[in-house]
Amino acid sequence: MTAELVVFVTMGAVAAVTAAAVVISKNAVHAVIYLVINLFAIAVLYLALSAQLVAFLQILIYAGAIMVLFLFTVMMLNMTGAIEMTDDKLSKQKPLALMLGLLLIAEVVVGAVGLLNQPSAVAIGEGFGSAKEVGNRLFFGYLLPFEITSILLLAAIVGSVVLARRKDDD
Amino acid sequence: MLPVGYYIALSAFIFVTGAVGVLVRRNPIIMLMCIELMLNAGNLVLIAFSRQNASMDGHVFVFIVITAAAAEAAVGLGIIVAVFRQKSGDIDMDKLSEMKG
Amino acid sequence: MEYAWLAIGLPLLGSIINGIFGRFLPKKVVGWVACSAVGASFIVSLLVFLKMLGLAEDGRHIVSTLYTWLDSGGFRADMAILIDALSVTMMLVVTGVGLLIHIYSTGYMADDEGFSRFFAYMNLFVGSMLLLVMAENFVLLFVGWELVGICSYLLISFWYEKPSAAAAGRKAFITTRIGDVGFTLGVVLIVTTVGTASYDAVFGRIIGVGSGTAAAIALLLFAGAVGKSAQLPLHVWLPDAMEGPTPVSALIHAATMVTAGVYLIVRAAPIFAQAPWVLALAAGIGAATALFAATAALVENDIKRVLAYSTISQIGLMFLAVGAGAFAAGMFHLVTHAFFKSLLFLGAGSVMHALAGNTDLRKMGGLAKKMRATYAVMVIGALAMAGIFPLSGFFSKEAVFAGVFEAPFFGRVMYAAGMAVSVLTAFYIFRLIYKAFHGEARMDEESWQHVHESPKSMIIPMLLLALGAICIGWIGLPSQIGETAIAGRNVFEEFLRGSVSAAVFGHEAISQWWMVAAALGAGLLGIFAAWCCFVRFKGITGVLVRKFAGVYAMLVSVFWIDWAYERIFVRAGKALAVFVAQKVDVGIIDGAVNGIAGCVGSVSVMLSRVQTGYMRSYALAILAGAVVVVGYALFILK
Repeated sequence: MTAELVVFVTMGAVAAVTAAAVVISKNAVHAVIYLVINLFAIAVLYLALSAQLVAFLQILIYAGAIMVLFLFTVMMLNMTGAIEMTDDKLSKQKPLALMLGLLLIAEVVVGAVGLLNQPSAVAIGEGFGSAKEVGNRLFFGYLLPFEITSILLLAAIVGSVVLARRKDDD
Repeated sequence: MLPVGYYIALSAFIFVTGAVGVLVRRNPIIMLMCIELMLNAGNLVLIAFSRQNASMDGHVFVFIVITAAAAEAAVGLGIIVAVFRQKSGDIDMDKLSEMKG
Repeated sequence: MEYAWLAIGLPLLGSIINGIFGRFLPKKVVGWVACSAVGASFIVSLLVFLKMLGLAEDGRHIVSTLYTWLDSGGFRADMAILIDALSVTMMLVVTGVGLLIHIYSTGYMADDEGFSRFFAYMNLFVGSMLLLVMAENFVLLFVGWELVGICSYLLISFWYEKPSAAAAGRKAFITTRIGDVGFTLGVVLIVTTVGTASYDAVFGRIIGVGSGTAAAIALLLFAGAVGKSAQLPLHVWLPDAMEGPTPVSALIHAATMVTAGVYLIVRAAPIFAQAPWVLALAAGIGAATALFAATAALVENDIKRVLAYSTISQIGLMFLAVGAGAFAAGMFHLVTHAFFKSLLFLGAGSVMHALAGNTDLRKMGGLAKKMRATYAVMVIGALAMAGIFPLSGFFSKEAVFAGVFEAPFFGRVMYAAGMAVSVLTAFYIFRLIYKAFHGEARMDEESWQHVHESPKSMIIPMLLLALGAICIGWIGLPSQIGETAIAGRNVFEEFLRGSVSAAVFGHEAISQWWMVAAALGAGLLGIFAAWCCFVRFKGITGVLVRKFAGVYAMLVSVFWIDWAYERIFVRAGKALAVFVAQKVDVGIIDGAVNGIAGCVGSVSVMLSRVQTGYMRSYALAILAGAVVVVGYALFILK
């Protein structure tokens, strides 16, 4: 019963449950909160896997910024109610989706987990997962994708400004 | 480290949950959140394998995925705001079927 | 000898000029162009003939090649002409008689609107016929063969607005087509077995070909001859072809095109010699046709149709002659027949001209008083055809019968048939003369007043033809009769000997005195019988018709052959055509095409239902695809 296993089981359970809750909950605000908790749990798992920078980034950006954005939108558009009360036009969607989902899980579990022989983990160095290491890798191996990502961000910024402005002021 | 299979299984579960959520829910905000779930699941596997192989490439990948997810969320929310600005109350994705045929 | 090509080229040139510019030129110019084209062709033929006379007997075989026409694989066919005694004979006949008929036509067709069109077609015909007889290989022969068929069609249905004329043209073309299929197959067989189509090469190598194949070739070529020369069973088109203008009947359907079959058999004699039974078949068909057509001519009331059946009958005699191996005799009869038959046709045309187009014998009579020249030439033509000494028909018929008598198979039977034909021939032609020219006028008063002699442009060619009908016989005098040697020589046969093997069956045909007497007697008997029936004892025919009503009906309907053909072939053909047009073309083919289009339409309608417009169904599809891909990657690729 190593610590790692305990952490995994607890945080994994939390993550799984909140993920399900996001999908099931009728209230949008509740769903956002559940997702935030899910992100936190995942961040803890990252820490267990020695990915410190990514864990912090997850909390800072993902849970901190993106989810707040979601919350803002929900509040602004007042989408708290449940549309799901109305009739579903695509009646076959639910059973089909569930079936496909189960199929996919079965495939992955059987294929990836069951059939792959899993060698033991390679030993890691001291600064593994630190900001320095990530920066090293990023700027010395993946510089081009980094630059392109910045352009992507620029496009996103411009896009959202254009999308959200009102029509009457030009 | 735990056998990587555990992480794969957990990630698969979260991914499928997100996928089913996208298909089943009709509220656009919740659909977007389910998409975020799927992205997260992918990140988890990347970090797990990165730890398994002691390679930093996975971390870099996740870094960029998070960035892209942010951008995508921003734009997606912008679309929702722009398209549904007129409607108050709740929006049904199924009503947007103008691309039919 | 290259100038011989002008003989073909000049009429073609005349045809082109008249065809394109004819309607802008005055009629006189058109007539001059046409006649001088044929006239120049005739002069060229004369020059070639004179040159031939100067050559030794075995040197009378000149080939003149213009250019290589087909050259593919091992097969080669040149645009080449062969000048030998046989082709020169035909050239002279075609251009000589053709020239006289062209001159006649300037008078006969003077009032017709299609004057220039007529002469364009006629010149084209002369050029094509010359190509046919001068060709050096079977392929060029075939070209000429088909071209004269086209000209015949164009000229028969010259007055195309008349439905009967158009139908007659179609009938002629289709019936000869049936024979032409055999002819084409024969040429193809020649090329495949011998490897070339050139006469010299084919006749040289034909001995090496198996007798079965040679017989097949001979039979197929003979089929073409039967069609073109209107013998049984493909004779049905010739009587109907009389719908065309009379000069056309004279030129094409008496003197030249219909004799192309005889020419073919004589030309391809070496092939036929390999399969003698085909020659026997030819003789049999010739004899049967001759007899059959002669009986039909007995009861015809249309002046041109009598002559048409007469033509069929006389060509039957020619087939009989060549089938019995007497090639020179057959050709001799061809030449004399060209003269007296075209003369008779032109005379009939003259009569029709005077009676404003009436061809019914029952409405004629007493014309001799008013149309002396026409009457004179018609009598000369009739006497020649009946075989009365000293006119040309006598000598040619006598040569034919002498050759037939000695034939190795059924010679005596065929001789007897030929004698019967002679009697009938004399009878029906004088029936025509008596009914048309003698007795009282059976037409109404107005027509009688209108009767007049034809203009000089028509009379003079007829006079020249009559001269030919009288004199041309002298070239074929037999060298001996019985044991007696005659002063004359068979110049014609000697001339032909270079190119035509006169003795296929290895015997010389020598006529006997009793045969001469029998031939003369048969002709006189026929004339006497006609005189009895139509001049002296006018009532006999009526009695005979009533007593033998069944036989009469059979003869009038020409043994019901046309009726049978109509029932069997024409209706079946029409039904098949209608079936194909409606069921197959509209139903199946159009249906298939439309069906495919319809299928595409409905499939696309079905497929467009995939685009529901709902984003979630698209997402479902994506997930399904992802499941498939993941499964493939994990389990199949490993």
